Amino acid sequence: MAAAALREQLNALLSSMFASGLVDDQFQQLQMLQEDGGTPGFVAEVVTLFCDDADRIISELAALLEQPIVDFDKVDAYVHQLKGSSASVGAQKVKFTCMQFRQLCQDKNRDGCIMALAVVRNEFYDLRNKFQTMLQLEQQIQAQQ
Amino acid sequence: MAVVATETPFHVLAVDDSLPDRKLIERLLKTSSFQVTTVDSGSKALQFLGIHDDDASTVSVHAHQLDVAVNLIITDYCMPGMTGYDLLKKIKESSSLRDIPVVIMSSENIPSRINRCLEEGADEFFLKPVRLSDMSKLKPHILKSRCRDHYQQEQQHQQSDSNSNDCSNPTNKSSSDSTGKRKAEDNGEILPQKNRPRHS
Repeated sequence: MAAAALREQLNALLSSMFASGLVDDQFQQLQMLQEDGGTPGFVAEVVTLFCDDADRIISELAALLEQPIVDFDKVDAYVHQLKGSSASVGAQKVKFTCMQFRQLCQDKNRDGCIMALAVVRNEFYDLRNKFQTMLQLEQQIQAQQ
Repeated sequence: MAVVATETPFHVLAVDDSLPDRKLIERLLKTSSFQVTTVDSGSKALQFLGIHDDDASTVSVHAHQLDVAVNLIITDYCMPGMTGYDLLKKIKESSSLRDIPVVIMSSENIPSRINRCLEEGADEFFLKPVRLSDMSKLKPHILKSRCRDHYQQEQQHQQSDSNSNDCSNPTNKSSSDSTGKRKAEDNGEILPQKNRPRHS
């Protein structure tokens, strides 16, 4: 496919990610940093690191919430980590869910936490898919140049 | 030969246990022309700085040698084990490191936390996510501490000398310091922006 058409696809994807609140201004900051710094792989790198990190944290959370007695302090600590890294990359939806999740931890609401984890997982998977598509499109565009 | 080397980039040590955050702060710093070293914990930071965790009062011979000279430390607050606050305390307890400016970062805007850090000697507090515009706040702290170091060295060597230098002139006799950044008596604790966290 021609680079122009790929560009259009990429722009449409990015627009929809912003419009739906999946990513926020911080993600735009990352894009600008990439351009300003002349470091083409920067966004890809940060996004990939975030996804690996989030994946790991979600697994840990699942394990903690399966325990007969839930250690809410540990759960909260992990959610705090996820909230932090999602804020840093501009993953707005995930960040907001984490904020609610933390409240549920503080309330020691086990069922609430389990539901929140399910929501975070879904939102994260959705975001990750879109990030992956974004990176693939960028690679294809690069290959054309 | 220039006394103050402004040609070589300033070296910042960034401490954060989160990998994406480390990448981000590294890029922000490099984009702002800093040389960067990142570590993922307070204890690794202390190691890098040449002091041992359990022996903060040890005068490190290495800390001011050129190859590991650190001009500023920027650290996350919430880290497992040694928090950014703990790290700050250790740095301030160390005779060889206490003059290095320290900036604390946190994703949480908690006034008591911010005040505690500033009272312990942090020069600045950044709310995460840190932005490019925050980077411009770093250099003044570095310059201030370098001027202070340079001034203190001069004081030791030449009592009555009033050499002009590249930084704002202290003029130890008069109090007309136009930048207001340094006075002869104190340690440069007067920081107009000290108590104001960044607003996003």
